[in-house]
Amino acid sequence: MKVPILRLGDILLTSIQVELTDQETLDFQADVLRTAKETAAKGIIIDITAMTVVDSYTARVLNETATMAKLLGTPVVICGIQPAVAMALVEMGRGFAGVETALNLDHAMWKLHRLIQEEREEPST
Amino acid sequence: MRRVQIRQQADVVAARQAGREAAKELGFGLADQTRLATAISELARNVVQYAGAGQCTISDESDDQFIRIRVVVEDHGPGIPDVERALRDGFSTGNGLGAGLPGTKRLVHEFDIESKPGHTRVTVGMRKRRH
Repeated sequence: MKVPILRLGDILLTSIQVELTDQETLDFQADVLRTAKETAAKGIIIDITAMTVVDSYTARVLNETATMAKLLGTPVVICGIQPAVAMALVEMGRGFAGVETALNLDHAMWKLHRLIQEEREEPST
Repeated sequence: MRRVQIRQQADVVAARQAGREAAKELGFGLADQTRLATAISELARNVVQYAGAGQCTISDESDDQFIRIRVVVEDHGPGIPDVERALRDGFSTGNGLGAGLPGTKRLVHEFDIESKPGHTRVTVGMRKRRH
């Protein structure tokens, strides 16, 4: 199952709506990075509202995806983490350390635009 | 009782879904359903990764006092050489299993592991007092 990655202005919007296997999670990671590069996206939002389970592996791959995209110069915001998912992740000793998160898509948009702005204003020393 | 054979990655998803459904049917809340499903996901992934194949058995062990769900994930793989060490935080033998067993243990109310070469059996359970 391929996760659609939509282009919205100069950002990419993607929402994981199905249960992904480990391989599909890795494919998604590669897809997101490739699409970011190809479209010269200024930012990426990954919506995980529909994910009812995020185990340590999935969390790690999502974390890494955000870090990798950041390396490309494209900030990422992960949004819509379900309360029960957040509880399980933190209890396990996991989380989305170092990744921007937002309550919902609205907040994610706002946060991402601020991140894009920051990236632009960063002094080139 | 439900049984899910674990042979490939998609079975990890099937096992955790079966666990969540069973927990829901027994009246566990969303948080406990998610904890159990996440624990099963971790254990079933270990099976695919280290043993290749195994099975997940979900049963209702409720009594007069408690609603209780028990999940046994077992395989006939190489086994965990040092269980005590594997249960310590920060221990990992393979890819992507940083939190692994210690994290799984923290998610559930009951946790038991037996492992020897050729047979590993991890039992996890959730319980809820009857009102």
